[in-house]
Amino acid sequence: MQLETTINGRNVTLDFAGGEFLYETLRRYGYLSVKQGCDTSSCGLCTVWLDGKPALSCSTLTARVAGHEITTIEALQDDAREFAEYMVAEGAEQCGFCSPGFTMTVLAMKRELDNPDEAAINHYLAGNLCRCSGYKGQMRAIKKYMGVA
Amino acid sequence: MDFVGKEIPKIDGLGLVKGTPAYTSDLDIGENALIVKILRSPHASARIRTIDTSEAEAIPGVECVLTHLNTPTTRFTLAGQSFPEPSPYDRRIVDNHMRYVGDEVAIVAAVDERTALAALKKIKVDYELLTPVLNLEEALDNPVRVHPQQPFTNFPIGNDAARNIAASHYTEQGDVEGELAASEVVMEQTYTTQAQAHAMMETYRATTSFDVNGRLQVMSSTQIPYHVRRHLSRVLGIPRSKIKVLKPRVGGGFGGKQTASVEIFPAIVTMKTGKPARLVYTRQETFTCTTSRHAMQLTVRLGADRDGTIRAIDIYCLSDTGAYGEHAPTVFWVVGQKTLPLYGKAKACRYHGHALYTNKPPGGALRGYGATQGTFALESAINELAAKLDMDPTELRAKNLLGEGETHPELCGSTPGNPATLGSSSLHRCIEKGKALIGWDEKFPKVIVNDTKVRGYGMAVTMQGSGIAKIDTASVLIKLNEDGFFTLSHSASDMGQGSDTILAQIGAEVLEIDMDQIVVASFDLDTLPYDPGAYASSGAYVTGNAARLAAEDMKAQMRCAVASLQGVSPDAVTYGDGVFTIGSEKTMTLSELAQTLCSFNGKDMLIAKGTFGGETSPPPFIAGFAEVEVDLETGEAQVTDYVAVADCGTVLNKNLALIQVEGGVAMGIGLGLYEEVRYSGKGRLSTNSFMEYKIPSRLDIHSIRVAFEESYEPTGPYGAKSIGEVVCNTPAPAISAAVANATGVQVRSLPITAEKVLLGMIKNNVDPR
Amino acid sequence: MLFNACHKGNSYTVDRHNGINAAGLIYDRKGGTHKNNAKTFLMLQIENHLSPSTLEEAYETLTSVPGSLVLGGCGYIRLGDRTISNAIDLSNLGLNFVHGTKSEVEIGAMTTLRTIETDALCQSLWHGLLPRSVENIVGVQLRNCVTIGGTVAGRYPFSDPLTALLALDARLQFYHYGEISLEEFFTGQGLKDILVKIIIPKRGQIGAFQSVRRAKTDYAVLNAAVTKTGDDYRIVVGARPGRAVLVPEASDYLSSNGLNETTARKAGNIAAASLQFGDNPRGSGEYRKAICPVLIARALMEVHHAA
Ligand SMILES: Cc1cc2nc3c(=O)[nH]c(=O)nc-3n(C[C@H](O)[C@H](O)[C@H](O)COP(=O)(O)OP(=O)(O)OC[C@H]3O[C@@H](n4cnc5c(N)ncnc54)[C@H](O)[C@@H]3O)c2cc1C
Ligand code: FES
Ligand code: FES
Repeated sequence: MQLETTINGRNVTLDFAGGEFLYETLRRYGYLSVKQGCDTSSCGLCTVWLDGKPALSCSTLTARVAGHEITTIEALQDDAREFAEYMVAEGAEQCGFCSPGFTMTVLAMKRELDNPDEAAINHYLAGNLCRCSGYKGQMRAIKKYMGVA
Repeated sequence: MDFVGKEIPKIDGLGLVKGTPAYTSDLDIGENALIVKILRSPHASARIRTIDTSEAEAIPGVECVLTHLNTPTTRFTLAGQSFPEPSPYDRRIVDNHMRYVGDEVAIVAAVDERTALAALKKIKVDYELLTPVLNLEEALDNPVRVHPQQPFTNFPIGNDAARNIAASHYTEQGDVEGELAASEVVMEQTYTTQAQAHAMMETYRATTSFDVNGRLQVMSSTQIPYHVRRHLSRVLGIPRSKIKVLKPRVGGGFGGKQTASVEIFPAIVTMKTGKPARLVYTRQETFTCTTSRHAMQLTVRLGADRDGTIRAIDIYCLSDTGAYGEHAPTVFWVVGQKTLPLYGKAKACRYHGHALYTNKPPGGALRGYGATQGTFALESAINELAAKLDMDPTELRAKNLLGEGETHPELCGSTPGNPATLGSSSLHRCIEKGKALIGWDEKFPKVIVNDTKVRGYGMAVTMQGSGIAKIDTASVLIKLNEDGFFTLSHSASDMGQGSDTILAQIGAEVLEIDMDQIVVASFDLDTLPYDPGAYASSGAYVTGNAARLAAEDMKAQMRCAVASLQGVSPDAVTYGDGVFTIGSEKTMTLSELAQTLCSFNGKDMLIAKGTFGGETSPPPFIAGFAEVEVDLETGEAQVTDYVAVADCGTVLNKNLALIQVEGGVAMGIGLGLYEEVRYSGKGRLSTNSFMEYKIPSRLDIHSIRVAFEESYEPTGPYGAKSIGEVVCNTPAPAISAAVANATGVQVRSLPITAEKVLLGMIKNNVDPR
Repeated sequence: MLFNACHKGNSYTVDRHNGINAAGLIYDRKGGTHKNNAKTFLMLQIENHLSPSTLEEAYETLTSVPGSLVLGGCGYIRLGDRTISNAIDLSNLGLNFVHGTKSEVEIGAMTTLRTIETDALCQSLWHGLLPRSVENIVGVQLRNCVTIGGTVAGRYPFSDPLTALLALDARLQFYHYGEISLEEFFTGQGLKDILVKIIIPKRGQIGAFQSVRRAKTDYAVLNAAVTKTGDDYRIVVGARPGRAVLVPEASDYLSSNGLNETTARKAGNIAAASLQFGDNPRGSGEYRKAICPVLIARALMEVHHAA
């Protein structure tokens, strides 16, 4: 099957199989930042933006993205770098495999929430699992990045 | 010091957070690889009568189907351990005997995933169903044998397959029964721990191909590249020189990737077809068909006098190693080795029992490696003993814990008659600091919050090791490049914990250069010196020492080189901050030296090496304190505050050490409260997804506070010991004690669920308010 | 016992003993269903992906073409290992909306749970009952995908929002069947139809939602929702692990005795005594019965204080 969509601001035509999920398609087209950690929509590693909102690429049928706008971290390198500076200053990234999906959610949160407190931050990011860090360093980095106390 | 002890960012950190491709699936040979899928046994115990793969093979695009009929019959272990491996050689690539639900039946390789999966469905297997052994308590001497033939072992580990014993162990110091009989108070309890999953975010994966020189190239997400190469060589019957292992960034390992669970499958496909092959495990395969923490049942007996003097410790352990014995003996030993020395003042101690085969998914290495299970049991027992003696558990510990400079025959590195010495310990100080941080004296044992909420307080201490004494031996190479920067190569296998960074830091410290003047090579085994890999908490200590030696060697070599270029004696050359001073005024920069040495004028390219193996395995320590809020009406418990005070010797990198502790504590909280493992009645692992197996999310982890109470380990690089594993041991026993203090309910089997707590309270008929 | 989802052709089942059984994800107890293979892969194939532009077309396809399946947010469809010959995608039918009228709120079937959570109207009504009932579901990126239509059509016994919707006395609008109360839909056989929207009366209900979860983003061990409209109460308990049900005995008791701390607890006890609880991996019937009064009393006190 074939469809037209926008990835990272570029119009593209995607070839895909019926029943294929966006995660698979994106990786095949070279968006290698996108990671997969589960097959039950439970980990958030595959998070990309669909029309500007964080969504699970592992659970979004590719057939559905026609005419929509997909954003991966490849298109947000400046924002990602700004956040990454806070992360590395805290030593909060470890294996990094959860990072792209997590960072995409953090960048979305920055656009969606004003002055969130810790509870709101945790709530927004609850769908992003990380087995390495224990989450605390991530929180310290996020608070600095968001400029909240 | 410029770098040691500082908050140096991880050298790969920025790139990883920005999503730069760096892992196996990002870098492997791409779309032309065959996709490998594995058909797996639906039965916990069965023998294959017949297997018909013809229909699968006939599907266009299917390149090969491998079964027990066309794969080598060699038996081996996949455990990542130095040769001779202690683990029994009890598995084949594909067997005709299925030993757990998920055991490999056939390997299929096809042009794409859909074709491979279609082929799986076309394989016809006729199974003879056998009675499975699913219960740890029933495994010993069960007439049903998990392994009908006696596996080969490299040396005696007590493996007795006729009794379903994968390994046995008995060690006793002093007269345990005599001391118990003489004790004023004796306590006996049994504790059980579950088969925790590593749940690293990157599932297992490897890609293989033949390189241009006809060597088998294996790119793998592994903690043990050297062992992977050795295993593959043995199993496939090709020399190690014909195998090239590549280790990219690893998306978490936690000991899981200390077993070569997957490399063999694509490798044999490549061998058979000559084509690249790629295997990526699904999350379900990762849960079911790799290893997990050995589930254990531990009976602890403690004998003490009324004044709190512990006289005897006895731990009897049954460990469930499941279908195969990867790490079965060593994890089993470590249970005793990393617990008994803690209370080394006791007159007698004993550790004994068996690791047993069952028809369940195999056990293996997982952060803590037996110490976690042993600590839960022993520390829970110590807390219960304190309650029985009506003593503050911190005082009971202070009175009995082994101190710096004391010896104990169970410490790693001891030989008969020669007990190893505890070279460094600040554990007593860790306890004091932890008490102050959590407010122990004011709050222990509990604080009533309101009508329905009580906060209980509990604590535990633990030790681990730093490498395996007299075995783990690692090397580091440092090369001076033509522009004056250095390449440090090692294969300690960074899986996210930051060993690349720590080693570079040590190199930069010795060589007095900036971090960006030292690059780390850790990818291509062909270019890397030997290292057993990332396990046994060896990175900072063993490989760290090697890095320091290598850097010092480089410094000495450079001074000699300058001296010979200048025609002076090395003593006349001093070095500081990248500049050599010859005599009193003449100087030469690193860059000038390097350019000269690489050129016709110098003809002396410098490579330095350092090799280190520890005579002992200096233990890091942690004192952990849990504040657990229990909802008295629902039994829900949450760790509202956790204080961990760590002695890892000198802290090499504050940030990385801090995150190790925080992450380890979170993993320990998961073990203690959330990570339940369930099987169906027929032995299927039903907690095989993140939907069913709940690792803590950020909503489940509340305050974690970490402090370091440095000691100085005389044998460590800059006084450092390890930190990576010790961190996950204290939460489960500390939480269990806190829950008991809040509710009166002592939960001795993990995880501590709300249901166990509430029903326990109802049963006790006590309202703790 | 298996609870079958909506209509024939759907294989989403919840197995009381083995948990969420999304097409083989959690293994069967009967054994032998997967003859050769312990399932460790999920592969969804869709032969035809149809995006009808009218409901009529969607319904025609669903009823006339065998092997047709309506796609919601695909949260559960994603878990299937199977081939769908005709996937009917409702994305282009304008079913993603929350509308308020004077007496009702209408929520389109394709509205995501995240929209329900953040929608100003949903937040302002019923003391935030609907947002409260979805906010525990995994994370924003999942809630941005999964839909209220898929939730209702699936009739999932563990569902949190369904417990809340039942307490709100929601009605459902199906394309062909027309309107049906959620309560009736729950007790019926299921419909081979297309759910268009959910209609919730605005009667000034004050609502509260409570659940116990083993980990914060896990499925509920037990959930409860109550609404209070004057002296009328609706008390609902879900994830027992059976499907959510009303407890009229408890509401009647409250209507006659008024709401205070003592009666809240008593109402909870009445509910616990009159309901059936069972075992599943997340908890035993015994535990559920023990916490049922607690959740109900807490929810009732919350509405009491809000009133
Ligand atoms: C990992 C995970 C965790 C979850 N945790 C929770 C939880 O804790 N609490 C909770 O309440 N829920 C939970 N859910 C369930 C979730 O909230 C949704 O209820 C579920 O995903 C179904 O919604 P969907 O949009 O994904 O439906 P789909 O999976 O797309 O569809 C479900 C069924 O409904 C049918 N269907 C969909 N739309 C229509 C329609 N308009 N008309 C007729 N039939 C239709 C489909 O054909 C299918 O049979 C969880 C889901 C996942 C994946
Ligand atoms: S890959 Fe786990 S949620 Fe998408
Ligand atoms: S850094 Fe490894 S999972 Fe988050």
